[in-house]
Amino acid sequence: MVETKFCDNVLTAKLYGEIDHHKAPSIRQKIDGQTESLRPKELHLDFSGVSFMDSSGIGLIMGRYRQVSLIGGKLKVINVPKSLQKIISLSGIDSLGVLK
Amino acid sequence: MNIINEMNLSFESKSSNESFARSAVSAFVLCLDPTIAELADIKTAVSEAVTNCIVHAYPDTIGTVYINVKITDQNKIIIKIRDKGVGIENIKQAMEPLFTTSSDERAGLGFAVMQSFTDNVKVRSKAGTGTTVTMEKTLYRTNYDKR
Repeated sequence: MVETKFCDNVLTAKLYGEIDHHKAPSIRQKIDGQTESLRPKELHLDFSGVSFMDSSGIGLIMGRYRQVSLIGGKLKVINVPKSLQKIISLSGIDSLGVLK
Repeated sequence: MNIINEMNLSFESKSSNESFARSAVSAFVLCLDPTIAELADIKTAVSEAVTNCIVHAYPDTIGTVYINVKITDQNKIIIKIRDKGVGIENIKQAMEPLFTTSSDERAGLGFAVMQSFTDNVKVRSKAGTGTTVTMEKTLYRTNYDKR
């Protein structure tokens, strides 16, 4: 699901398993709760542990981009596995400049 | 083109069934020896279509989602995902990338993903009656045992 770590003003959320419409709300809730209370300068979404993702994962990224922008922070999407690159590319998220 | 294998599946429109639906379809087509990328494409397209049924077809109720999968002797997979929900008033608009009627955090990419991850997508819908999404995908590295 999701594990978070806060260090040097960076909140890192490491995502695990499959992200779909069923799983996305609980992931979103945990990340948003930590973002609101810790107000990080950067939020890193680490996809290295994600084995499957449909467009719910794209919604999750876009939503976190909006959330962290509201508090003046930046989003970075890191360690995207090769298997997810097709859907990430289709979404146009790379135009947000968040892919690292 | 002959159908050489077929399966039918129905389940309640609960979001917890999304992973079951995509796993069941991908397990059924495993006999075609798909590549990992082909299997991922099928799972993703099925997940999008089933999510549409759950979120849009049955917004305030639990209905039934029906899946029919056929395999042809030309290594084509035909997946039909059907509901008896509210239907789509304007199919053309619903299929436009980024269009969504959901207030939830939806990307509006469901049909775009289905179109990109399969070879062909057809949508038939009637308001108040339901929607059928038919997706076709041909696998190329296959050596199917037709017994």
